[in-house]
Amino acid sequence: MARQTIELRIKRQDSPTAAKRWEEFSLPYQPGMNVISVLMEIRKNPVTRDGARTTPVHWESSCLEEVCGSCTMLVNGKPRQSCTALVDSLGDAPITLEPLTKFPVVRDLQVDRKPMFDSLKRVKAWIPIDGTYDLGVGPRLSQSEQEINYAFSRCMTCGCCMEVCPQYNDRSDFMGPAPLAQVRLFNSHPTGRMNAHERLEAIMGKGGIVDCGNAQNCVEVCPKDIPLTEAFGELGRQTTVFWLQNLLQK
Amino acid sequence: MATPRIAVVGGGLAGLMATIKIAEAGVAVDLFSIVPVKRSHSVCAQGGINGAVNVKGENDSPEIHFTDTCRGGDFLANQPPVKGMCYAAPGIIYLFDRMGVTFNRTPEGFLDFRRFGGTLHSRTAFAGATTGQQLLYALDEQVRRHEAAGLVTKYEGWEFVGTVRDDSGRCVGLTALDQRSMKAKSFAAEAVILATGGPGLLFGKSTNSIINSGSAAAAAYMDGAHYGNGEFIQIHPTAIPGADKLRLMSESARGEGGRVWVPRTKGDTRVARTIPEHERWYFLEEKYPKYRNLVPRDVASREIHNICVNLGMGLGGQMSVYLDLTHIPRETLQRKLGGIIEIYEKFTGDDPCDVPMQIFPAVHYSMGGLWVDYESTTDGFLDLGSVRNQMTNIPGLYAVGECDYQYHGANRLGANSLLSCVYAGQVVGPAAVRWAQDQAKTGATPSSVLATADTRWTEHFAELGRREGPENPYVIHEELGKWMLENVTIVRENDKLRATDAKILELMERWHRTSVLDQGQWANAPLSFLNQLWNMLHLSRVVTLGALARDESRGAHYKPEFPSRDDTNWMKTTIADFSPEGPKFHYEPVDVSLYAPVERKYD
Repeated sequence: MARQTIELRIKRQDSPTAAKRWEEFSLPYQPGMNVISVLMEIRKNPVTRDGARTTPVHWESSCLEEVCGSCTMLVNGKPRQSCTALVDSLGDAPITLEPLTKFPVVRDLQVDRKPMFDSLKRVKAWIPIDGTYDLGVGPRLSQSEQEINYAFSRCMTCGCCMEVCPQYNDRSDFMGPAPLAQVRLFNSHPTGRMNAHERLEAIMGKGGIVDCGNAQNCVEVCPKDIPLTEAFGELGRQTTVFWLQNLLQK
Repeated sequence: MATPRIAVVGGGLAGLMATIKIAEAGVAVDLFSIVPVKRSHSVCAQGGINGAVNVKGENDSPEIHFTDTCRGGDFLANQPPVKGMCYAAPGIIYLFDRMGVTFNRTPEGFLDFRRFGGTLHSRTAFAGATTGQQLLYALDEQVRRHEAAGLVTKYEGWEFVGTVRDDSGRCVGLTALDQRSMKAKSFAAEAVILATGGPGLLFGKSTNSIINSGSAAAAAYMDGAHYGNGEFIQIHPTAIPGADKLRLMSESARGEGGRVWVPRTKGDTRVARTIPEHERWYFLEEKYPKYRNLVPRDVASREIHNICVNLGMGLGGQMSVYLDLTHIPRETLQRKLGGIIEIYEKFTGDDPCDVPMQIFPAVHYSMGGLWVDYESTTDGFLDLGSVRNQMTNIPGLYAVGECDYQYHGANRLGANSLLSCVYAGQVVGPAAVRWAQDQAKTGATPSSVLATADTRWTEHFAELGRREGPENPYVIHEELGKWMLENVTIVRENDKLRATDAKILELMERWHRTSVLDQGQWANAPLSFLNQLWNMLHLSRVVTLGALARDESRGAHYKPEFPSRDDTNWMKTTIADFSPEGPKFHYEPVDVSLYAPVERKYD
């Protein structure tokens, strides 16, 4: 018999300090649904499975085509973008939705990923151009260099890698995989390389590259297949060389 | 003299470029955005950014880019800003290259360029098929650098709800709603720049991000800003359906050789790959032998509509045709179109390298937007020293990006949107800085003006927050989208436009009987949406009634009852002014002094 309904269990929390609770929902199945469209259906008629009136579920989303990173949450326990979580691919059991656990909850499924953006400041994840006035063409780059850099430049700051990293938690200072990978990106650009040492200094101290435990969970969950662990190997080499150079100069 | 501050609203390409220009001038910026700026809608732009760098030996030039853009827009855009943009385009691409954007390269290491619609030249620089994302990230990084240096203060998760004006009508700040505390707060600014994107949400589902309600631009319109050419809405020919939104399949797919076709036999149910070549109808190539699959979007969407609706030859009887990439080597597709291949596969389960994509037209972009001014030089460029550039009719209020009406006339060419966002951001920066420095000499904004605005909006949201009526705002929005999509897109008929306006009036009446759904005081999205919905209903009337008034066909605006362009009566800009009873229209002439209008032909 064709599927009639979609069942959901959603972990809810009204504010950062409120108690967590589970709510269950049951909706008519429609072909082509994803988790976002299910949440949109709920807000058109916010009633639980038991028929109790509730508030619309709160979540964060924007592009809905997996390029903005907003709608990351735990879908059946796995961190991923909920826009590409198609109902047909999630099995017949009730779908479980929870917020990411490594960031503070704002409300329901929305978390605050500000720590990731702060880390991008800390590692100076930018090319320090002289200015936006006309200074002519940029540096030449081979196709192969472009392809490697492009892979790293697709990081959406979504937080999947942070969620599964055993070293990234509230008991450790580790900045996590995503910001580290950006150091790899900017240090390989012909202009960015000129101040590579500043970024290396930022990741050599507490919470930096040495805190990576090499669990390799990050690379498994990255929705953009960014070669994170390769980046950490490369950064390990760069920091070692930099450390030796500093030692010899002393 | 007070130290000037400038408020930028919106953190997409236009807003971030403006922010950087202002910070470079040493002036402090308060940057407001409803999402973390790195998640703005610019990330959705796929195919590339135009600039006549001429790396393919095709004798391309900024002048040809300019005439292509004017013709693509069916001569509705004022030409000096367009000329300024096209001549600045190569420099803009070089700037992004210097910022580290991972543009695709030629074997020799130069920037690679590809074909796009409405031109015969390879003029589009690209980073895979996620160019918008890559450009946005480059600006996001530069803004973060200025933020770290202390010149930029971000207000992420704050929603613009209205302008703050002094007694003379000058814009002296804005009011924003904190989406967490749900408190409205007013901020003083010597200039306010709106860079709040397009209004795709008026049509329910579109290729836009679901943050693109058009509410901020509508709020400015309701505060007295002119809204220009609202009826010009671009329908992109190639998207894929979804339950929550429609997903774009970039024009670059055709730029890289993708072919559009349907089976020659109506109702042919064979699997696409088993249909032999001579039984496929490549209808765009046949009708437009010169531009082939790369006719402008308005033309392609009308042809698909004709095939599917008038001739009934759409796939499975639906509004759907094939976009075929299967003749292109997989390696090339991955390198140049990887981003969209991935999206298509994730959402449909099919690999476009093996199976022709099934695509259909979807609402994509608004050529119309807030009316803005400009000042031109005697040789037809923008006078970059003028404070008037990108300023709305409200002194001190500027608009840039998709929320302005300035660059694309009646139809935008592909890969010109990223360009217009960045160019407008570059132009508005110095204009707003000069304006703000002049205003700062007159002293700080009296706090009473801000307090009055705070009170007004606090009371407004308190009233919305108490609503317990029978109507659900999301259901009203869904109905609005269905009507707008059905009647105000590819084909427009006057009786249906009238019926749509009547429907909008009904929805407005029902809006007063809505429930807020959530009486909470923290991160209450329905409360914010209730306010947005009111603005969207007003803006929908601007689009619909503007279309009703314009009895001609031009660019994206097509009326079978009036199938030709009518330059004598309608080569003029539509300007809508708000009144509580509905939009009041007047018209102003278009500056076509640099390139005389010609018949628009692509065959």
